[in-house]
Amino acid sequence: MKGEVYRVAGPVVTAINMPAKMYDLVFVGEDHLMGEVIRIEGEKVVIQVYEDTTGVKPGEPVENTGNPLMIELGPGLLRQIYDGIQRPLPVLSKKMGDFIKRGVMEPGLDRYTKWHFVPLAKPGDEVKSGDKIGYVQETKFNKTYILVPPGVQGKVKEIRECEANVEEVVCTLESGLELKMMQKWAVRFPRPFEEKLMPDIPLITGQRIFDFLFPVAKGGTAAIPGPFGSGKTVSQHQLAKWSDADIVVYVGCGERGNEMTEVLEEFPKLKDPRTGAPLMERTVLIANTSNMPVAAREASVYTGITIAEYFRDMGYAVALMADSTSRWAEAMREISSRLEEMPGEEGYPAYLSARLSAFYERAGRVKTLAGDEGSISVIGAVSPPGGDFSEPVTQNTLRIVKVFWALDAKLAARRHFPAINWLTSYSLYSSYLDDWFRKNVSEDWVDLRLETTALLQKEAELEEIVQLVGSDSLPPSEQITLFTGRLIREIFLQQNAYHDVDSFCPLKNQYLLLKTILWVDAACRETLKKGVNVRRIVEIRSVEELARARFETEFEKAVEIAKNAIVKELEGLTKEVRR
Amino acid sequence: MSLVGYRTIEGIAGPLVFVRKTHPVAYGELVKIETANGEVKRGQVLDTSREIVVVQVFEGTSGLDRRSTVTFLGETLKIPVSDEVLGRIFSGSGDPIDGGPPIMRKERWDITGSAINPYARDSPREFIQTGISTIDGTNTLVRGQKLPIFSGSGLPHNDIALQIARQAKVRKEGEEFGVVFAAMGITNEEAKYFIKDFERTGALARSVVFLNLADDPAIERLITPRIALTTAEYLAFEKNMHMLVILTDMTNYAESLREIGAAREEVPGRRGYPGYMYTDLATIYERAGRIKGRTGSITQIPILTMPGDDKTHPIPDLTGYITEGQIFVSRELHRKGIYPPIDILPSLSRLMNQGIGAGSTREDHRALSNQLYALYAEGRDLRGLVAIVGEEALSDRDRKVLEFADAFEQQFVAQGKYEDRPIEKTLEIGWELLSMVPASYLTRVDKKYIEKYYKGKKE
Ligand SMILES: Nc1ncnc2c1ncn2[C@@H]1O[C@H](COP(=O)(O)OP(=O)(O)OP(=O)(O)O)[C@@H](O)[C@H]1O
Ligand SMILES: [Mg+2]
Repeated sequence: MKGEVYRVAGPVVTAINMPAKMYDLVFVGEDHLMGEVIRIEGEKVVIQVYEDTTGVKPGEPVENTGNPLMIELGPGLLRQIYDGIQRPLPVLSKKMGDFIKRGVMEPGLDRYTKWHFVPLAKPGDEVKSGDKIGYVQETKFNKTYILVPPGVQGKVKEIRECEANVEEVVCTLESGLELKMMQKWAVRFPRPFEEKLMPDIPLITGQRIFDFLFPVAKGGTAAIPGPFGSGKTVSQHQLAKWSDADIVVYVGCGERGNEMTEVLEEFPKLKDPRTGAPLMERTVLIANTSNMPVAAREASVYTGITIAEYFRDMGYAVALMADSTSRWAEAMREISSRLEEMPGEEGYPAYLSARLSAFYERAGRVKTLAGDEGSISVIGAVSPPGGDFSEPVTQNTLRIVKVFWALDAKLAARRHFPAINWLTSYSLYSSYLDDWFRKNVSEDWVDLRLETTALLQKEAELEEIVQLVGSDSLPPSEQITLFTGRLIREIFLQQNAYHDVDSFCPLKNQYLLLKTILWVDAACRETLKKGVNVRRIVEIRSVEELARARFETEFEKAVEIAKNAIVKELEGLTKEVRR
Repeated sequence: MSLVGYRTIEGIAGPLVFVRKTHPVAYGELVKIETANGEVKRGQVLDTSREIVVVQVFEGTSGLDRRSTVTFLGETLKIPVSDEVLGRIFSGSGDPIDGGPPIMRKERWDITGSAINPYARDSPREFIQTGISTIDGTNTLVRGQKLPIFSGSGLPHNDIALQIARQAKVRKEGEEFGVVFAAMGITNEEAKYFIKDFERTGALARSVVFLNLADDPAIERLITPRIALTTAEYLAFEKNMHMLVILTDMTNYAESLREIGAAREEVPGRRGYPGYMYTDLATIYERAGRIKGRTGSITQIPILTMPGDDKTHPIPDLTGYITEGQIFVSRELHRKGIYPPIDILPSLSRLMNQGIGAGSTREDHRALSNQLYALYAEGRDLRGLVAIVGEEALSDRDRKVLEFADAFEQQFVAQGKYEDRPIEKTLEIGWELLSMVPASYLTRVDKKYIEKYYKGKKE
């Protein structure tokens, strides 16, 4: 189906004389620039183009494929880095050099690699949509299962262990239908599953403030809004590194090129704490940086979530990070404004909120079509202009997601990292996850959390008084509360992403650290009862030992040493009083 | 190709010209417009269709009328690239204005540039010694970084930029940076100041200057930084040079962008700036970096003046969202007579970690920087407190920290405009300052560094 260009205005091209359906994939102009139909108005078909349209003229041909934008799913996704429309960046750089040029279409999965296909089904088996008919051991610890594509079923006629590329037939059904390892899926449509399940297992992140105070569930949704430089990207990288997900999909949506390079350099060197394998082996990267075309940026989050769904359908726990969803929303706004649509709040299209919720809705813990359990947790960074959370993207996101990790410019300015505000952040999953933590870490996990939040709350109230009258006028027991509050903030909540050991803190260490801080609190109060001046108590230096313990590989031992030092110092104070 | 001139101007609005019934004109095509009395202006196609073509005119539309002739040049805006540009001064649209010959080169590059494939990038990591303590010591710049200076009107950001341009070097190589200097809407006086300094210090020979001054056409500002960066890319990635690109003042650039948006009657984003300003700025700032397998690099120092000293204003805000940190110039320090008045507290170099430590600067650099930062921050808080409760309420520790903060500003922050401090000197001053307070205050540094570098009383 061919038409011609009528008008070009930036990323938006209007074509005429071309039959089209919404979201059809088209190729625009002599250069064959890829685009997608986003509006039909009488004779005119409006297209958003994924590549720079400079040089395109009215009258140039437009070709409609008649299909929506689809990506390729199969072995070969892991360790790959794609742009927003699943073009593999390493291949692009081989073909067009170090800069991204236009008009090069590259399939998402390569056709050369021969994968070792191991069947799980055998001739005579009845198979249906979503069933695992075999797998490829794609990396040492990752099996990529080959699934019956949605909408297909029948009896297996032939299936064999073999070496095949993604386009070769690995299984034939009685009906004559041939199944290959690759399947295609239109990114704007969610992949089917059996049913949603309760989000009652936590996604363990190894980040103390997340796991302990504001946990996210496997299959849950979280937003991390904050002004520039407050730590969104560092947090997202931390989650991508240390979360106990089977597969990580990281979408760099309209952000910096160097940040993607950092992931590419770092992840192959870092080891998954559970398997010891390089983190890159479980990772898929999507990089559509701020200077790459905005329409492809708009598509990038869909490409990412579709890949995530594909691995979920294999029964994996997938975690998807999108940095930053604001840039995605801005891409929508830019396209919408070129369409001269009626703008909503701050120029964003009226469908902003619907798009955001449809995206986050694709997260979840599910029973797959094959009856397994899979999940996608989605963590979206939000970049509010001027750091003002009342703007539309933040507000619409918060209406949808269940976890709010509020980055705070003041904390970042004080170099309190991660700069998550412990008073305004929340997790609506806590109550679902309590049982898990009780069973798997400690009976008193939940009590400790409640005690900690109460203490931090109290500290904040006291701080206000201190600002007015100074701390000396507070009763001694409240001065100890202030002291403990400080220990929680500085030793427990602060966590250095750049320190080899502190970067990842296992649950049992989190528990021990917090428990020890509360033990210090009790010990201080004991000492106070023995008549020691509170000023002396809150100045004890041995707590530094506890702070340092975080950086020790032999954490328990270091905590023990710290405890002994604290006991000794407090005893010393008591003895002075007796004398 | 024979070019047709059209006399079918339908309308003129602000910097835009609407031309009717043309042959198929390409999006982004370069346009020449000739007025009835022979004046020639240039522009670029912003919107093209069968009926109407919208052209933005770089030199502004004053003097144009419906009789003017519009010629579409059949290509996008390109500039000749060559290393002959070194030592030369050009206008904001790339024409020589130093009396020298035009650059005649076959090789011409499109000024829009293309995005560096993220896979082809190499991480910036080589420490650049600027000789300025507040940068080298606590907000280290690395080669390939984009680190803007957030300033305000009347503050000495130009001096700081010049000092960086003069002094920047990668120590083990000793090689000096090539400088591309792009001025957008700065005053004639400011521009002269830059050029004189370049001439006097001999830096001009390794510099290329592009000048769009305050009385030059505002719309031209939209292409000046792109021309500058295209030149820098050529020198960096074809000629293996390390380029330092100074863009000043990005605020004027953003104003021009707003003007175009308003003329097109676009739905404005925050405070009247176009909704795509983030993306637009990114196509400038993201042109910094290093590429695997290529020797050269582009380091960017954009300068912007924050309207009303407000860092949440869209210009600094969107810049901060793209760049890799920011250097804050403070009015308060400036008033105190401190040069360079860089406030380290809101400043940040996000790529600092990659560039410092044993092997590049010194093992204790990170810790020292953290400690200076923490104590200075505490001192600044205390100043606020003193203002409320008075000196009497201060503890002994408070007093010492306050003293430290004052000394820090006088000795670490303040330095001469021509003082090129080696990193060792910066670190030494840092330790001298830390030695003013008891070692027990230094909770951010390892004991081993205290033993090695601390000179105060060890209790
Ligand atoms: N957990 C952390 N540990 C140590 N440093 C941190 C941490 N989080 C943030 N930082 C510091 O803050 C800086 C900025 O963080 P980051 O790049 O994540 O900000 P951002 O919110 O993504 O900003 P932008 O919106 O501009 O992308 C980092 O370069 C680092 O110096
Ligand atoms: Mg970021």
